[in-house]
Amino acid sequence: MQLDARIPSGPIEAAWDKARFNMKLVNPANKRKHSIIVVGSGLAGASAAATLGELGYRVSCFCFQDSPRRAHSIAAQGGINAAKNYQNDGDSIYRLFYDTVKGGDFRSREANVYRLAQISVNIIDQCVAQGVPFAREYGGTLTNRSFGGAQVSRTFYARGQTGQQLLLGAYQALERQVQAGTVTMYPRTEMLDLIVIDDHARGIVTRNLVTGEIDTHLADAVILGTGGYGNVYYLSTNAKGSNVTAIWRAHKKGALFANPCFTQIHPTCIPVSGDYQSKLTLMSESLRNDGRIWVPRKKGDKRAPDEIPEEDRDYYLERRYPSFGNLVPRDVASRNAKYVCDEGRGVGETGLGVYLDFADAIQRLGRKAIEDRYGNLFEMYQRITDEDPYKVPMRIYPAIHYTMGGLWVDYYLMSTIPGLFVVGEANFSDHGANRLGASALMQGLSDGYFIVPYTVGDYLATNKLERVDESHFEIRNAVACVEQTVQKLLSIKGRRTVDSFHRELGKIVWEYCGMSRTAQGLENAIQQIRQLRDEYWQNVNVPGSGEDFNQSLEKAGRVADFFELAELMCIDALERNESCGGHFREEYQTAEGEAQRDDDNYSYVAAWGYRGYGNPPDLVKEPLDFEYVHPAQRSYK
Amino acid sequence: MRLTLKIWRQQTRSASGKFVTYSVDNVNSDMSMLECLDVLNEQLIENGDDPVAFEHDCREGICGSCGFMINGIAHGPLPATTVCQLTMRHFRDGQELVLEPWRAKAFPLIKDLVVDRRSFDRIIAAGGYISVSTGSAPDGNAILVPKESADRAMDAAACIGCGACVAACPNASAALFTGAKIAHLGILPQGKPERDIRAIRMVTQMNAEGFGGCTNIGECIGVCPKEIPLEVIAAMNRDYFRGSWRERDNVVTTLRPFTEWSTGSKLKVDPHSGN
Repeated sequence: MQLDARIPSGPIEAAWDKARFNMKLVNPANKRKHSIIVVGSGLAGASAAATLGELGYRVSCFCFQDSPRRAHSIAAQGGINAAKNYQNDGDSIYRLFYDTVKGGDFRSREANVYRLAQISVNIIDQCVAQGVPFAREYGGTLTNRSFGGAQVSRTFYARGQTGQQLLLGAYQALERQVQAGTVTMYPRTEMLDLIVIDDHARGIVTRNLVTGEIDTHLADAVILGTGGYGNVYYLSTNAKGSNVTAIWRAHKKGALFANPCFTQIHPTCIPVSGDYQSKLTLMSESLRNDGRIWVPRKKGDKRAPDEIPEEDRDYYLERRYPSFGNLVPRDVASRNAKYVCDEGRGVGETGLGVYLDFADAIQRLGRKAIEDRYGNLFEMYQRITDEDPYKVPMRIYPAIHYTMGGLWVDYYLMSTIPGLFVVGEANFSDHGANRLGASALMQGLSDGYFIVPYTVGDYLATNKLERVDESHFEIRNAVACVEQTVQKLLSIKGRRTVDSFHRELGKIVWEYCGMSRTAQGLENAIQQIRQLRDEYWQNVNVPGSGEDFNQSLEKAGRVADFFELAELMCIDALERNESCGGHFREEYQTAEGEAQRDDDNYSYVAAWGYRGYGNPPDLVKEPLDFEYVHPAQRSYK
Repeated sequence: MRLTLKIWRQQTRSASGKFVTYSVDNVNSDMSMLECLDVLNEQLIENGDDPVAFEHDCREGICGSCGFMINGIAHGPLPATTVCQLTMRHFRDGQELVLEPWRAKAFPLIKDLVVDRRSFDRIIAAGGYISVSTGSAPDGNAILVPKESADRAMDAAACIGCGACVAACPNASAALFTGAKIAHLGILPQGKPERDIRAIRMVTQMNAEGFGGCTNIGECIGVCPKEIPLEVIAAMNRDYFRGSWRERDNVVTTLRPFTEWSTGSKLKVDPHSGN
């Protein structure tokens, strides 16, 4: 199989204009004759559904939550980037493009990233017009901040709730279309399979999570905006419901899955406090501006932090990276926290934590200044841990919070199944091996508001689709398959709960395919995952029936898919014999312990094809060319 | 620590429900209320019983999925906190907690502690937006918004749509929820053109859904996890009044709110009823 990303030829600045001009249009009067399915109602899904509804298509939008407003985009805190250059500090579309390609450690597609930077400016305009209450200057203009180490202030924000406000903007636009009759919303409805007829995506099979009914929905095109798969690790900063099921089942129907091992770990989360822990909470990275990170010098030092004198402390980031110190990038900070904890020097009851200490900053700047900067974060920390960070150092530990990998899409955001489009975190497209802060919201809205509404139109205008009805054998097959899986899960009635399996799977993936990876560890992990998966299908206990509201059954289906994904992540990580971005293979590091890319051999997107469970997946490579931004090694010494 | 949980169990909307008492022995004070229910559910499943259904997703107090009554208080005893962020250290060893779903006519029960809040979506669909289609926006800085207005709009926009305000209100009124959106959009210059019609449509829908009227008791602000101020209800009343004065002939008499999308049936209501 040959992958064609369909990147427009010619200069990168004109690529998107050229592509748009070459697209075929659907006659306005014909738009209402086309039906489109959107799965997921986060930033990407809701914005796509709303925009397609505005254009006049007949849209059906699905989400597993009780309301489209709950999608996990809502939890994003920091902000959204845009190359507006309102601060007159030298920003430009080209600079945002450059920073994103470099930040992605040269594993993303240049043309996609350039388009993202171009569209970033339209997103801000659209959101302001919708009434998103972005932070303002006294004169009434929009304000910006610098974020994630960027040297320009290009991040727009609404307090610490930017994701919430952007999502509510998209949700309101969506509800406006619901009222107008162009969009039909299906909440509490989960996609369980993709319907592919004559090699084209033509619909989905769903389960109504209240009544248990299995239904089919047919359409001329299907768009998946179902988010990332960080919950494969069980503990992550993702919402509990976030899952891989929609894209995984599309993968099993033929869509290639790209770079599954590219996952991002955030260094400043509140550590795990016990086995009952259900999720991890992110603390803003800005804390590292003033906090100093340390652990005891000696193993197993159980003294309280204030009893440990200066000479018995190891400020390990300041020691190893004198010029960047506590401000090294996310992946470097995370990895080093893991190393010191692996050495037995971690703090807190579980030993999986490091101190983030504000004592020096408070002494230097005064408590008031620290309160002004981080007051709300300190309060959140105290609420969860019952410790006062003004007096006792915070404890932090890294956690998974974003996945760069996802279904492979071309420049038009279409997967390898014609008619199946993938938007937002669910696709693999723009972040390469590492995502920069405040870029996830930008990508979700860019895909949903400004890209997929055009490219779906082009697909509809250039493909003549036969009418299908529910009696088609592919549809009956897909429904039978879904019903079978549901029945199978319910019939095992073993001795272990779904959560206990999920927790164990998460530990394996975190240990061997988390912050740092080795060939041996990954091989080991693959064996362990297979064994656990086998046990799952023999010994899981899913109570209740399939005919009503059954949250255990919902989880059981999702965890079954996480098992298969986990194996593919390890296979992908094993195949990629280099370190880049969030993927750190211990065998491939520089003398200083930094990630060592291998551009000669691994400058490609690894897209995997499904060949049935138990068979090794097919690897298809999309080579990456860097015409504009030239690959260079990162250094933070 | 050890807790006694007295939980409302109801299999379906039409079944009759009852309280069932459970004892949870291994409660850690760092757990959240929802993690405590996780522990209980693991026990129930292992014993072959039906786990307690409760709604949750982000577990960091922003998605608005979770919420139930704890000893008669929506989201429990800690102010400005959703149940997912409520840690067990706020309870005593041996304490009994009574957990009940939101009870309101406009929030029909689905199972145990889970209710159907689609009535909130329909209130937003009735007019809780600014009508601007993708692509038609001017430059972001072409619309100046005084900082104070942006801040006040943000205060109202922080609503997470959890429904605690309705559950706490003796009238089961959705005035705080509806007012929050009307205030958020009405304060901003972008929202001014539709200010009148928005209030009329949203309030009409709110009444059609079967929420009670607001009698300014203020229970809602006592439980709101995002501390939405009571002023938003005044803003709603003012905009509704202003709107019905100005728009009476054009719109008010023709409004026909939807109440059940799922069944497709439309209920006709008198837009002047209630409020």
